[in-house]
Amino acid sequence: MRQATVIILGAGQAGLAMSHYLTDMSIDHVLLERGQVANSWRTERWDSLRLLTPNWQSRLPGFGYEGEDPDGFRTMPETIGFLDAYANHIAAPVKPETEVHRVYRRGDGYGVSTNKGDWKCRAIVIATGACNIANVPGLAEALPKHIHSITPLDYSNANALPKGGVLVVGASATGVQLAKEIQLSGRPVTLAVGEHVRVPRSYRGRDIKWWMDKTGVLDMGLAEVDDVNRARNVPSLQLIGSTTHETISLNSLQSIGVDIRGRVMGLRDNRVQFSGSLNNVCSLADLKMNRLLQEIDNWACNAGMEGDLESPYRLRPTQLPAEPALDLDLNTAGIKTILWATGFRPDYSWLDLPVLDRKGRLRHQGGVVDSPGVYVLGLPFLRRRKSSLIDGVGDDARDLSAHLSSYLADARSRAA
Amino acid sequence: MTAPQTETTQLNGVNVGALLDAREALEAAPQAADFTFRATSEWIDGVHTRTEMNGFFGLGEEQSRTKTFTSEMDHPEVFAAPDAAPTPVEMVLSGLAGCLTAGVATVAENRGIKLRSVKATLEGEMNLHGILGIDSDVRNGFSAVRVKFDIDADASEDDIAALVAQSQKRSAVFDIMTNPTNVFVTVNK
Repeated sequence: MRQATVIILGAGQAGLAMSHYLTDMSIDHVLLERGQVANSWRTERWDSLRLLTPNWQSRLPGFGYEGEDPDGFRTMPETIGFLDAYANHIAAPVKPETEVHRVYRRGDGYGVSTNKGDWKCRAIVIATGACNIANVPGLAEALPKHIHSITPLDYSNANALPKGGVLVVGASATGVQLAKEIQLSGRPVTLAVGEHVRVPRSYRGRDIKWWMDKTGVLDMGLAEVDDVNRARNVPSLQLIGSTTHETISLNSLQSIGVDIRGRVMGLRDNRVQFSGSLNNVCSLADLKMNRLLQEIDNWACNAGMEGDLESPYRLRPTQLPAEPALDLDLNTAGIKTILWATGFRPDYSWLDLPVLDRKGRLRHQGGVVDSPGVYVLGLPFLRRRKSSLIDGVGDDARDLSAHLSSYLADARSRAA
Repeated sequence: MTAPQTETTQLNGVNVGALLDAREALEAAPQAADFTFRATSEWIDGVHTRTEMNGFFGLGEEQSRTKTFTSEMDHPEVFAAPDAAPTPVEMVLSGLAGCLTAGVATVAENRGIKLRSVKATLEGEMNLHGILGIDSDVRNGFSAVRVKFDIDADASEDDIAALVAQSQKRSAVFDIMTNPTNVFVTVNK
């Protein structure tokens, strides 16, 4: 049985950032990676995807962007290249192609079984990502067999889909981006819209992520929100990273012909039923966006930036059909594919520790898991609003590596 | 969950503190959050029915009230009925108004907004070809429901719009009306 003081599970941005801090503190560790560095980016993302944060902002500890296009949005090959370069830069001790089958309590530490033998360690860092499994609502089981049912994890590009109509369920970042791409491929898209977060790509001449960074929205911590559970479950922003810096919204999608409906609430025979709440979810999103823009305006005013910026403005409210249709006959509408862009969740099937709550979520306080010496990184709002972003995981890794280091020191002094 | 009590700190007479405490308690004890509401009804005559509402199940046990509430429903003269009470579909609108208005007051209380008046005007559009069985393409129920609020409060237009939006987001009757529900009707033997 091999051993390391700390085992990091996963060699994406979160695992690598933790590795950077552990190396800084000379804490011996390995990263067990089921594939290669940046595996999810390599194998679980669609072809056209670009990061939603500008290049300058997609930073890791001690490693920024030095290319020619700081305001551009990284493609997947560029993202993989960036993480590979970081892994080399910090000389991360990655064990690739090592699939973890089980993590369990072993003495006062942990055991890790893998396809390449067993390990033991004092502490574990779970850096396996937040998006391992695509959520698919239970009603999908009742779909007629001739309908092609897929998730974003299976999707590579629109031309791989059957010809014909596509129902995209979910209008967060993934849903709106794929609705656009699929519609433009000549497959008419119906988009089912539940609660969502609308933002413009840029506002008053600056990227929205620049504003969120400057105004401190991304740095907001757990103590600054009144409902952590709600903050952790906010849908992803309706954004797309593209060379044109376009804004994507329900308005822009309707202008290219996408048909907007309410949230999917039922499926009976060949008929999908939609919620009648579409009007309200759009009002909620418009009002919330305007509050964000107002906060930006207030901040810019206080910062004395007014002179350098375009004047404040507001976007056109979400336009909806006067009477949105409440159902859709899949056959008569010619729907061949349903794409479930209904969120993701982590996979903890390998985690043999009593640390999950009744909804299968990890019990943790800001990344300190409810089992001594176990930590998690890279979940939404783990410690800050930016926790799940490449740019956010560094601060969390710094905080948690300090906690981990004192945990190891305490354990040593107890043993002595 | 707790009897409403008007405290001097309340702006709109909603005991938000008790509601927030209940939320916390029910998050910790999920089974206690399972409620069953009930009504019983009895046919009077013609298309006139009386309904009674008292007990319900919640917080893990039967709950009863000191008073039994009643409502009556009949149909108007154009339906060849004596118009002794509102129609059931008006009661549905009434339920929506009650639920959304309660939500507006609660959200306003929670956000520190003092309400001076909250009025709602509701319309449910219905084509009788459905219930009369003239056209099977026309549904029996409302084809659309429109609710217009007039709210006087110390708050901006957007803040008032946000109260109404949040109220819909958390409303039971709004959900019942906008989303499908399995309804099981049986006859006791």
